[in-house]
Amino acid sequence: MSDTNEIEESTMDAPLALPLDAWHRARGARMVAFAGYVMPIQYDGIMAEHLWTRESAGLFDVSHMGQLILSGDGVDAAIETLVPGDIAGLAEGKQRYSLLLAEDGGILDDLMVTRAPMGLYVVVNGAVKWDDIAHLREHLPDEITISHLEGRALLALQGPKAVDALKRIVPRVDTLFFMEAGSFFWGLEPLWISRSGYTGEDGFEISIPAERVAEFADLLCAQPEVKPIGLGARDSLRLEAGLPLYGHDLDPATDPIEGDLSFAISNRRRTEGGFPGSDRILKALANGAARKRVGLSVEGKMPVREGALLYAGADVVGEVTSGGFAPTVNAPIAMGFVAAAHSMPGTALEAEVRGKRVPVTITTLPFVPHHYHRKGAAQ
Amino acid sequence: MTRYFTDEHEWIDVDGSSATVGITDYAQSQLGDIVFVDTPDGGKKLSKGGDAAVVESVKAASDVYAPVSGTVIEGNPALAEDPALVNSDPEGEGWFFKITLEDPSELDGLMDAAAYQAFVASL
Repeated sequence: MSDTNEIEESTMDAPLALPLDAWHRARGARMVAFAGYVMPIQYDGIMAEHLWTRESAGLFDVSHMGQLILSGDGVDAAIETLVPGDIAGLAEGKQRYSLLLAEDGGILDDLMVTRAPMGLYVVVNGAVKWDDIAHLREHLPDEITISHLEGRALLALQGPKAVDALKRIVPRVDTLFFMEAGSFFWGLEPLWISRSGYTGEDGFEISIPAERVAEFADLLCAQPEVKPIGLGARDSLRLEAGLPLYGHDLDPATDPIEGDLSFAISNRRRTEGGFPGSDRILKALANGAARKRVGLSVEGKMPVREGALLYAGADVVGEVTSGGFAPTVNAPIAMGFVAAAHSMPGTALEAEVRGKRVPVTITTLPFVPHHYHRKGAAQ
Repeated sequence: MTRYFTDEHEWIDVDGSSATVGITDYAQSQLGDIVFVDTPDGGKKLSKGGDAAVVESVKAASDVYAPVSGTVIEGNPALAEDPALVNSDPEGEGWFFKITLEDPSELDGLMDAAAYQAFVASL
């Protein structure tokens, strides 16, 4: 027996330990190499952890991600030459999803940018963080300082009861709405907390000094709502939420319009342009892209995974970029890219898995509705 | 009936010229929640060490190899409806397929239960 489609991957020869390494092991986690680090893939089991997060609250260690502070005079204008988001218009304490773009408009990474008192707080993917830092350093002027917060861990607390658990430990954190962030006190320790995440649920991301993260994680897991959750469920949760995973669903050969991320091209930037690949991207925004990221519902029980080709009759019209079993949907689901002509919801295609054709249907994303705590929305 | 084990974590129960094959409890515990099993159809010829079945957990698809050469008698029909049998009863109701042995001498290189236990303990 052997794995043919592991999600684990390593970008370095010897994966590094994260601050909570011993903490995960003490809680029975199975550890794997991922993005150059040793990380927990599961504790009790992916299915149970996934369902627990959807109904209660799950604690994820995402300390492999890069936490950066960009600061200096003209930082907004400087970063706007590299991303298509409206950064200048970001008010203090507001967070925005954006994209680091190559010169041709291909996606180098997806990231979160927040206006913090000390500058722009940017969170980038772990697997490409060193490339991102090199790219930023190369393209940002010398007067912009890039601080890599290597001494800080990052936790995500996700699920409908995350707010109940966290506000017991960190008063007033419930005053945040989705995509807002601020500094909050845990005792005398200031934590940088945003109301965001990558599961489709309400929740928080918490930046904390590495030397105190084990104590904080213990305290969170002492709350009845909270259990630790591994990478396996993180992947199935984000897939159900229709959220792309960099390196799988997004890569340098994909532009934001193909990636169905046109919402990340802010209105002002659509008018002004001036971001990498803006000619190509704005043209695709107006005329449509040749191919598009879509959701795929899968008939039957056999999972359709990354790499499976998609057929309309005898013609290959696309490829699956993420796929697996969806515990909340209780069926296999997938995400992939298809030619524009076949991207309408309801379009019937076939995926090829081990030489067999499996019927799939283009489906609107997300597979499971988002439950964000949005400002102004009915609660 | 004699049970043998492979270093790929399959078990095989031999009864005369036919045998039943599945994956071990250790294997299912490593895979986690099983959501689909692709078992071979009756009549299919398998060769020792070749692909025989595919077992899918939430996160990954894994190949299951034929511990011996032979002809498949049947795949376990119960796994189509309830693949989680592989988690709950891997070395019983969660069997994968039955096979007619082509060359019983192929069993010689396989492990007995004690040897397999020692092998797992060494991992």
